[in-house]
Amino acid sequence: MATTTTTLKGAGPVSGSRSFFLKLRDGDEIARLVTLVFATTVVLITAALVWELWVNSALPRQKFGFHFFVTSVWDPIMDQFGALPFIYGTMVTSAVALLVAVPLGIGAAIFLAELAPPRVSDTLQFFIDLLAAVPSVIYGLLGVFIVVPLMRTVIYPALNKPFGYLPIFKGPSYGVGFMTAGIVLAIMVIPYIISVSREVLLSVPRDQREAALALGSTRWESTWKVVVPFAKTGIMGSIFLALARALGETMAVTMVIGNTPKIAASLFAPGYSIAAVIANEFTEATGDLYLQSLIALGLVLFLLTFILNGLARILIVLTTQKGSEVGG
Amino acid sequence: MKRIVGLAVGVLALCALVLADNALLINGAGATFPYPIYSKWFDVYHTKNPNFQFNYQSVGSGAGIKQVTEGTVDFGATDGPMNDDQLKTFQDKHNGTGILHFPTVLGADVPTYNIPGVTGALNFTPEALAGIFLGKVTKWNDPAIAGSNKGVNLPAADIIVVHRSDGSGTTYIWTDYLSKVSDEWKTKVGKGTSVNWPSGIGGKGNEGVMGSVKTTPNAIGYVELIYAVQNNIPYGSVRNSSGNFVKADLASVTAAAAGAAKEMPDDFRVSITNAPGNKAYPISSFTWLLIPQKFQDGGKRDAIKGFLQWMLNDGQNSVEALSYAKLPKEVVEKEKKAINNIQ
Repeated sequence: MATTTTTLKGAGPVSGSRSFFLKLRDGDEIARLVTLVFATTVVLITAALVWELWVNSALPRQKFGFHFFVTSVWDPIMDQFGALPFIYGTMVTSAVALLVAVPLGIGAAIFLAELAPPRVSDTLQFFIDLLAAVPSVIYGLLGVFIVVPLMRTVIYPALNKPFGYLPIFKGPSYGVGFMTAGIVLAIMVIPYIISVSREVLLSVPRDQREAALALGSTRWESTWKVVVPFAKTGIMGSIFLALARALGETMAVTMVIGNTPKIAASLFAPGYSIAAVIANEFTEATGDLYLQSLIALGLVLFLLTFILNGLARILIVLTTQKGSEVGG
Repeated sequence: MKRIVGLAVGVLALCALVLADNALLINGAGATFPYPIYSKWFDVYHTKNPNFQFNYQSVGSGAGIKQVTEGTVDFGATDGPMNDDQLKTFQDKHNGTGILHFPTVLGADVPTYNIPGVTGALNFTPEALAGIFLGKVTKWNDPAIAGSNKGVNLPAADIIVVHRSDGSGTTYIWTDYLSKVSDEWKTKVGKGTSVNWPSGIGGKGNEGVMGSVKTTPNAIGYVELIYAVQNNIPYGSVRNSSGNFVKADLASVTAAAAGAAKEMPDDFRVSITNAPGNKAYPISSFTWLLIPQKFQDGGKRDAIKGFLQWMLNDGQNSVEALSYAKLPKEVVEKEKKAINNIQ
């Protein structure tokens, strides 16, 4: 009886005619269920995270409402909290990091995947993987002892003298600030970009290169016009992975950003980022409004990551379509 | 095989022994500043009284107050006394019974700076410190600083202020002091573990402030006295309420507490910044244990009372080895009486 029903229901594919228990015995169904559970946990954890952040940030939402996003006073004594300087700092440092890291990272990946002898490529890859595993506090120390003095004595004079009239290079330098944080972040995310991009480039089929060469293109032309466009989606993926890391980085940023909740056009000015202020002030946050404002900042960071990730996806879809049109 | 079985039996026996050592566990959480001395005290006390095991998490004063209020720990610890609102919240959550403050040791903040060409210790007036941290005294050769440092060749360089970026008791003491000596600071900024700084850059922890001051020419910051002593950091003297420039050390910090002891309120919630006394160092503070007035568990109550007695007698003898200043005698006597209020 049961078999008949199953057959009727699963009229489509042949495998559908097998009974549920038969599939269970074969292991297919078990595997499907187990992996389904694993996949669902990701969604559940994300949902629980948003729920917790939302519930525990009710007070600032009631008191400040939308003003929380657009005001820039952060005063725990007077109970005034605004997220704008932190949002600004997070986005500026991440942008600087990507501006520095993307060309460097992709350039290095192209060299490792296409031009370097395999032995050199593998050795370098080992070091790059090592860099990706270094704890962020080490990068923070590197920032404090090397990048900060370098910024004050070399980079700042070099940029301030000729370009000091531009708002982004104006004003005094303390060594710490948006630019320093951005550079330290760039150093941290470059290994991600190189590692993923190299893998993607290496996985481009050999015939693509051979076809390009056979048509008379040079080595560089085949790399730049055929291999890299082929791997574009994957390279974009590596950039977004780097962006995610830059947005959420806490320890290294707080050590070099200057921890001042102010919005300044100059990249040499000290600033603050969302993750850094949460890490700094959470343990000693007395008073419910103060604590909940920090949690609200966590929600803001989550939203920021969500929005940027969404934009990134849209960008990928748009560029790949364009790419295929050109290719066609 | 036999040996493996024997080993397993041995391990099991050891586990059983550990489990049998069912010392009464008393949990506390709070301030990070006194953590080294607390962990030493709790360790020594456990070896003397194996029946009690104190477990202390140095999660920060704010978190300590929160956890003891919510009853997730048996006692708290803080660098700044609880304010009236916090006391009321505690009472509301505990059927009207309150929480008691017990001073344990003393600490102090010192100004540290890095001026190329200046090696000696500088003298700071309260007006100079408030002016610098308000962002009004902006050059090192400003008369506010130069006036109390005759003969020191101060440069005409911009002062770079470095403060703590993480919420901390160190900041509480510093801003409490500035609020007392400067009305402008009091109304514009106020006192707290984190404040809205009018100027400067933030460093994380004492080491973060120190690192920034060390690597930034013409910078000034503040760190805990203990941290400065243990790391051989040069620091300046500060003019106290009697008009003397005093350099912070264990004796001058205890002197500040002694000066304040005469007017010690019964709940011990007292700020001793800018305390009276010729030798008193003005940026000093107590750090407190927060003990609920009423315990449901009689065993825990007796354990804590016993520990407080011991801490005020024997415990005080070991604090100076760790660079903390001792409580003055008057305070110790007063606290011993207050122990009886724990029920």
